[in-house]
Amino acid sequence: MATTVETIAEAVTPEFEHSNERLRRRRGALLALPAYLYLIIFFVIPFGIVVVYSFATRTRFGTDLSGWNLNSYRRLGDDLVRDVLFRSAWLALLTTVVCLVLAYPFSYYMATRSERTRNLMLVFVMIPFWTNFLVRTYAWRVILGTDGPYSQLTSAVGLGSGRLLFTQVAVVLGLVYGFLPFMILPLYASIERVDPRLLEASRDLYATGFGTFRRILLPLSMPGVIAGSILVFVPSLGAYVTPSILGGAKTTLLGSYIVTQFLSARDFPFGAALSFVLMIVMLSATLIYFRKGGRTL
Amino acid sequence: MEDIKNPAVELTGVTKRFDDVIAVDTIDLRIADGEFFAMLGPSGCGKTTTLRMIAGLEFPTQGSLKIFGDEVGTLPPNKRPVNTVFQNYALFPHMNVLDNASFGLRMQGVDKGEAAQRAREAIEMVRLGGMEKRKPNQLSGGQQQRVALARALVNRPKVLLLDEPLGALDLKLRQEMQHELKELQRELGVSFVFVTHDQEEALTMSDRIAVMDHGKLLQVGSPDEIYEHPANRFVADFIGQTNFLDGTVRDSETVVLANGSAVAAPSRHTAGTKVALSLRPERIIIRDRGDNEAQPGTDGRGLNGVIRDVTYMGNSLAYTVAIDWMEVEVRTENRPSVARLNPGTNVALTWLDTGASVVAD
Repeated sequence: MATTVETIAEAVTPEFEHSNERLRRRRGALLALPAYLYLIIFFVIPFGIVVVYSFATRTRFGTDLSGWNLNSYRRLGDDLVRDVLFRSAWLALLTTVVCLVLAYPFSYYMATRSERTRNLMLVFVMIPFWTNFLVRTYAWRVILGTDGPYSQLTSAVGLGSGRLLFTQVAVVLGLVYGFLPFMILPLYASIERVDPRLLEASRDLYATGFGTFRRILLPLSMPGVIAGSILVFVPSLGAYVTPSILGGAKTTLLGSYIVTQFLSARDFPFGAALSFVLMIVMLSATLIYFRKGGRTL
Repeated sequence: MEDIKNPAVELTGVTKRFDDVIAVDTIDLRIADGEFFAMLGPSGCGKTTTLRMIAGLEFPTQGSLKIFGDEVGTLPPNKRPVNTVFQNYALFPHMNVLDNASFGLRMQGVDKGEAAQRAREAIEMVRLGGMEKRKPNQLSGGQQQRVALARALVNRPKVLLLDEPLGALDLKLRQEMQHELKELQRELGVSFVFVTHDQEEALTMSDRIAVMDHGKLLQVGSPDEIYEHPANRFVADFIGQTNFLDGTVRDSETVVLANGSAVAAPSRHTAGTKVALSLRPERIIIRDRGDNEAQPGTDGRGLNGVIRDVTYMGNSLAYTVAIDWMEVEVRTENRPSVARLNPGTNVALTWLDTGASVVAD
């Protein structure tokens, strides 16, 4: 008799739990609904429109949606377009590397301080966010421009009045300045999580300071390196404000090039195709982020 | 201090300060080659800091620290012939057992094949053969402990440092590992310096024990010496259980207890010193004295009392005996030849010459 009851209980319970679980999940989905709706209306649908436009044809009066073709995508191979793409990718990569080199020692230093100092440093990292990004970027224009502090410095040391404004260096400086916190925060989070005893064990096992960094600290903080790199690379690749303010006309980057297609050239299909490609690059980067780094963040 | 020729580790006047806190206070210590040496004390007593200074993970603020005669005071850990088994093991989570075990050799520049070969031998030695490809998180606590041992011993250190290595294991496994560690140490013949807060562990495993408190070295000696002749009240209290009967030294042979009774207790303290008579519960001989009021012991080594309470503990019986001004715990073996006494019984408590020790604060 007892065994029969147990058998029934076994057979019924999981089913009951399942339906309970389903109910709970459905209720959870309800909480997320407003945000989902917002994203669908203002992101998914517009993005769908962009994708559709990228296969359309430009006409003298606007955009012809009737004949689908790949012409806009073929134009991505043009010399001029390729230059813009490569330049953007190169500057984004450079920005990422500079951020990484600057942020790693800083994050390590921060992670090894007392809790009080750490929190204070975190606040300092966040402070730039309190001022408008546009204002801060214009400040760089003053610093790097003619007769600015930079040129005064170069003439003071006898190098003549230098001007960095409207060069690629200025763009990278501006991008690093803007995105450094995005590198520091994930790096800090992941270095802070490395057990300091592992570093001591490595030193105890005859590793030098650098050997310990290479074999223990770096591999264990890799999630932070990947996350930070993606968080810097992705927005740098599509950056619009910084390059247009500090880069001038000669260093056209992807962001401003897309704007030009839509607003000046009125070539909606080509602008859409560029946007779509940029989107794909960012999406792949984000996927890598979630698979490699996102797990631990 | 015992005279040790060619000590493996020698600390002379070593002090370690962290800002305003003195973690280790002018310690003199010599650890012999091939010795199983325990550093025992409550948490925060400075035992771990002392170990870390030997390892090179902390540098002494003052004093001299020598390993086999070489001054190593400020050498980094990778330049010292010692290895450490860390508390909670500190295994590298991104490496498998073999890579963990061969890490030290690789860092010393041993070529890959030989390092792997020697690491395999070390893994075999700690009986983990076949586990080479596992990651630390796929191992049980006891297995991780063994990997940590193999990882340190593969380098053939001249001194092995162990920081509470058994703290995270459950009782049964801990006893097993105690035995294995002892065996391993005997086999290898190198010094093991072992930090623990567990007095039983220290007593059963070590050749010698150093008892520390508040950064000071209170006593160094064999388990026997430390248990039988504690240097002061703290040591007597920390190692094993004991009863403290407060009193004053009258002369080199007598202590006057709080109730004015004089008991025979030889000591080196000067007359008038406030001391305590430390009586181990199992060293007190308890017997039924009926209505006899006379002083119980021969040569004044005894006290009269009444049993308040008896606790049955399986292999032993614990009696709480009220004497004039306090309660004393007495323990007897639970054997057929030993009569069991009931609460309310008038008893005489006596002890042999070696049963009591006089300790000052």
